[in-house]
Amino acid sequence: MNRLTLSVVALVVAVLPFAPLFLNTYQVDVLNSIGLYALLALSLNLILGEAGLFDMGHAAFYAMGAYTAAILNTHYQIPILWTLPLSGLAAGAFALLVARPVIHLRGDYLMIVTIGVGEIVRIALVNDVFGITGGANGIFGISRPKLFGWVIRRPEEFFYLIWGFVALTIFLFLRLKQSRFGRALNYLREDEVAAEGSGIDTDAYKLAAFGLGAAWAGMAGTLFAAKMTIISPESFSFWESVMLFMIVILGGAGSVLGVLLAAFLVIGLPELFRELAGARMLVFGLVMMVMMVVRPQGLWPAQTPRISLAALTGARKP
Amino acid sequence: MPASGISPISPIHSASPLVEEFLQQLTNGLAVGGIYALIALGYTMVYGVLKLINFAHGDLFTYGAYLGLTLLTSLALTDRLGFALGVLVLVLMVMGLVAVLGAILERAAYRPLRESPRLSAVVSALGASIFLQNTLMLIYGARFQVYPDDILPTATLNVLGLYVPLMRVLIVLASVGMMVALYLFIQKTRIGAAIRAAAIDQGAARLMGIDVNRVILLVFLLGPALGGVAGLMVGLYYGQVNFTMGWVYGMKAFTAAILGGIGNIPGAMVGGLLLGVIEALGAAYVSIAWKDAIAFVVLILILIVRPTGLLGERVADKI
Repeated sequence: MNRLTLSVVALVVAVLPFAPLFLNTYQVDVLNSIGLYALLALSLNLILGEAGLFDMGHAAFYAMGAYTAAILNTHYQIPILWTLPLSGLAAGAFALLVARPVIHLRGDYLMIVTIGVGEIVRIALVNDVFGITGGANGIFGISRPKLFGWVIRRPEEFFYLIWGFVALTIFLFLRLKQSRFGRALNYLREDEVAAEGSGIDTDAYKLAAFGLGAAWAGMAGTLFAAKMTIISPESFSFWESVMLFMIVILGGAGSVLGVLLAAFLVIGLPELFRELAGARMLVFGLVMMVMMVVRPQGLWPAQTPRISLAALTGARKP
Repeated sequence: MPASGISPISPIHSASPLVEEFLQQLTNGLAVGGIYALIALGYTMVYGVLKLINFAHGDLFTYGAYLGLTLLTSLALTDRLGFALGVLVLVLMVMGLVAVLGAILERAAYRPLRESPRLSAVVSALGASIFLQNTLMLIYGARFQVYPDDILPTATLNVLGLYVPLMRVLIVLASVGMMVALYLFIQKTRIGAAIRAAAIDQGAARLMGIDVNRVILLVFLLGPALGGVAGLMVGLYYGQVNFTMGWVYGMKAFTAAILGGIGNIPGAMVGGLLLGVIEALGAAYVSIAWKDAIAFVVLILILIVRPTGLLGERVADKI
């Protein structure tokens, strides 16, 4: 990272916490949406970016988390933020269950299966499966989150809840990327056969990436349910999955900062050009086509770690 | 329909309303399956040659439906030429126009990525799909478009005592006819042999003097032409079309292609008809609300149990 980008990043990090002080409520609400999508895109980045698994049904895991939180909250009166780990677990377990039999499928076939899973989940929600999802109307009356006795209801308050969670996620995912686990995922993304040859249990690592990414999407779903207080199947359509997929590809697969930048662009820019809202998807489609020819690595690609040979051999000498 | 004194009572008719209901669903499934099969052929041919899932194929199908509607209403072909000739001219025009669109798509979205990694081509295909769909929405609007019902024949045909809508019979006959024609073209002509050769090994085909680029272009003309006709058929059969329908039909047709064995042309036909029948019977006897989930469940099961499909044994690539 050169000094210019570093100073821009530092400026954004310094200014963002004070954003609610000088932005109006609507603008803060847009920032909250960006934060939620950033969370979801970061969770997808783990699966699609780091491990290279084409997941285009990510909205299913998001829905799983949101519905788990909503059902636990409205039926059993469990405070919404307490459901956070539970909805994460539910979404992660569901992902492991559906991914287990298909994890060995090659790229585009895995993509088709995840699209199918996303659609089946949405249809199941619309059909009021088990009589607990409220059908097409969804679930309403989800209670406001409470943190240390403070009820969070205004967008300015949600801003700190959502972006606090984003900050935590960025920290954890950057750590994860540098860990043995993260390096193993990158390895199997780049060359699965070589990774397997080096003793990496590729199926187990792929499943772990899937489960973890889905669990994070499930927790983002809880925040979404808490923010909206009403959820319905139409929030979890195929286009949500496509949007998330696009954010990751546009930003740069495997790049945490790139994904954040793309979340700002994809969610924030259409709000600036509201009169062109109808043409939004048209532009997205065009951008996807052009990007793949001009800059397939994304706007802000992940840097590949470089280790110089001299440093290695030098270190080995007694 | 209960047997009346006017029409001769056939054995099927007298059997029971349950049997009649079943046969109605079966013929409906065959018609829808024929449409799936026509779309599936486009997926399977492109996959055979390029090993690429052409996500935008479903949208070319939608273009067929919309172009058919526009030509039908603006040119009044059926008024001038009579129903049979009018529809025939319409079919040929839609085939030609959608084929040109397919060729443009190949040129713009896929050819620049021929040497790129798989993910790039898949993302480009998806982008093309979103682009095509939204272009249609901006031109025609997001509402359902209705085919004029005074043009469509409402006649029913008495097939062995079963009253079947004429349109349904025409769709089954036309789709099977086109499938057989395509099969003979691929199997019996020199150009067909070139397509088969390019599907097996592009490099070797090139060494044998086959212009692989032209084969790919041909595949992108043939597939969309059939898909476009399928779109027209949906418009004529159901009477209304929507700009997003290509995605649902596309996914189902792709399921049909996988079901039969992707890359395999008879497989796409068998898979399409089978899926149409499974879906019609499932909607009638299991649950109509889950109709759209049936295809996805079939798809996932087939990928788990037998990824090469029913007839697919030629897939050397590991799935």
